[in-house]
Amino acid sequence: MFPLEKRVTVVCGHYGTGKTNLSINLALDCARMGEDTVLIDLDVVNPYFRSADYADVLTRNGVRVVGPNFANTNLDTPSLPGAVRDAISEGERVIVDVGGDDAGATALGVYSRTLMEAGPDMIYVVNRYRSLTTRAEEAVGILGEIERTSRLRATCIANNSHLKRDTTEQTVLDSMGFAEEISALTGLPLRFTTAPRRLDFTRLNKISNIYPVDVHVRAPWE
Amino acid sequence: MNEKVLMKGNEAIAEAAIAAGCRHFFGYPITPQTEVAAYMSKRMPKIDGVYLQAESEVASINMVLGAGAAGVRVMTSTSSPGVSLMAEGISYLAGSDVPCLIVNVQRGGPGLGGIQPSQADYHQATKSTAHGDFHILVFAPSTVQETVDLISTAFDLGDKYRMPAMVLSDGMLGQMMEPVVLPEPKEPDNDSKEWAASGHQNKRAHNVVNSLYINPQELESLVIARYERYAEIEENHQMAEEYLADDADIIIVAYGSSSRVSRSAIDAARKQGIKVGMIRPITLWPFPKKVISKHAEHAKAFLSVEMSMGQMVDDVRLVVNGRVPVEFYGRTGGVIPTPKEILGEIVRINGGVQ
Repeated sequence: MFPLEKRVTVVCGHYGTGKTNLSINLALDCARMGEDTVLIDLDVVNPYFRSADYADVLTRNGVRVVGPNFANTNLDTPSLPGAVRDAISEGERVIVDVGGDDAGATALGVYSRTLMEAGPDMIYVVNRYRSLTTRAEEAVGILGEIERTSRLRATCIANNSHLKRDTTEQTVLDSMGFAEEISALTGLPLRFTTAPRRLDFTRLNKISNIYPVDVHVRAPWE
Repeated sequence: MNEKVLMKGNEAIAEAAIAAGCRHFFGYPITPQTEVAAYMSKRMPKIDGVYLQAESEVASINMVLGAGAAGVRVMTSTSSPGVSLMAEGISYLAGSDVPCLIVNVQRGGPGLGGIQPSQADYHQATKSTAHGDFHILVFAPSTVQETVDLISTAFDLGDKYRMPAMVLSDGMLGQMMEPVVLPEPKEPDNDSKEWAASGHQNKRAHNVVNSLYINPQELESLVIARYERYAEIEENHQMAEEYLADDADIIIVAYGSSSRVSRSAIDAARKQGIKVGMIRPITLWPFPKKVISKHAEHAKAFLSVEMSMGQMVDDVRLVVNGRVPVEFYGRTGGVIPTPKEILGEIVRINGGVQ
């Protein structure tokens, strides 16, 4: 399945839920379908493991990447280029990879008006195994902070529960109750659940809207 | 037993310290370490702990000295330039026999350098942390789980031997996310240090925590007594992991992130039939001399792999003591060597092995 419905998709969530890896997968899938795709790296919080670090694989596959001016350098000076606002209005598909928590969502708030005009999907990414958000109420609490800071409302939930290399079919299956509980508490639909492509999908296919993903975000030795 | 969760290395440092009963954190933000302080600022107020962002690293380490002298478990966390600023305070801590935990999430240097990962503070951590005759314990984790495990070991051994302990991490280990199982939390123990200046309440003599000695003979005998403790630590607390080392002709010595890259290179080289293994120091001081010396009896060459211009290689050479060649490969300035580069070095050295 392909989970995107709108021209513009904002990907937000708690630190370390896997927003960047998901954003890269979504952008690459859009480009593969022949759409003019832009990935905007709005993360001004994380110094490492950010979308702009994967510009090579993205541009090679036809995704345009717009990121902070000094991403992936030795400068600890996060500043966003003017091209971000233009990019939101351009492109057949726009994926916005937001930094974690309300701190990361601050940069999103700057563009809230432009984004609202575009009528975006805002996907709230959750991970049942991410420390400090392993309970549904904790995950819901962080969503509230992100919405207040960004002045935007989430439109759906993406269940991106994983344990990096320790992820098994059972890891994904065991996370469904958590994701459904968040969906019930927030009233937002659970749009899709991800699973690493290397897993056996015979059991996973019973999950509705399962979205296979490749693992791009990893350490240099992995 | 706690369940497995995903944590960033820096968050794991903070949570592991809390689990080890640490309730006092003093620090100053610096990339790529800032998540330790950010995490502590959220957690400490909820558990009756103290989180204080000082005005500088100089202030932080002196607050650590004060809290440590009062007998509580205390820590600070910083990245490379921050340790340089803390140097004086670390010497005072060592000279006052006050235990504490110092975390260095290394970044590229010298100077302001950069925010990408590095291992160029090896000499600083193990040899020249500051002025005077002293050592600190130095632990070098290579995974987020090992970071968690070593935090409590560092606190425990620091307390046992009354000396500062450092966990020497790097930006990659601090920023990366891995699954971890956290230990069962320990309650803070603020009362068991009989030497602590925690208030005598007219029940005992004054405890004095101090590093100033008027009489040189008195200072000399104190330093000598401290070195007797250091000898005991060198005898009993060397830690290292041996990976495919027993039959190895070539032995890589690498710690932290560079050991992770090396492991991938070793696995690739073994597939080509090259007998290569690794000694991964877990304690950098005390340096794991015994295990390196043991393998110097059968290995034909050593290769020290570091994210620096070559620092630990000096210690490997001292232990190997000319028995076989000790070579070096490293990248610096925030660059991580690739498994392919290290494999190239292994193949090159193997070509010369008879």
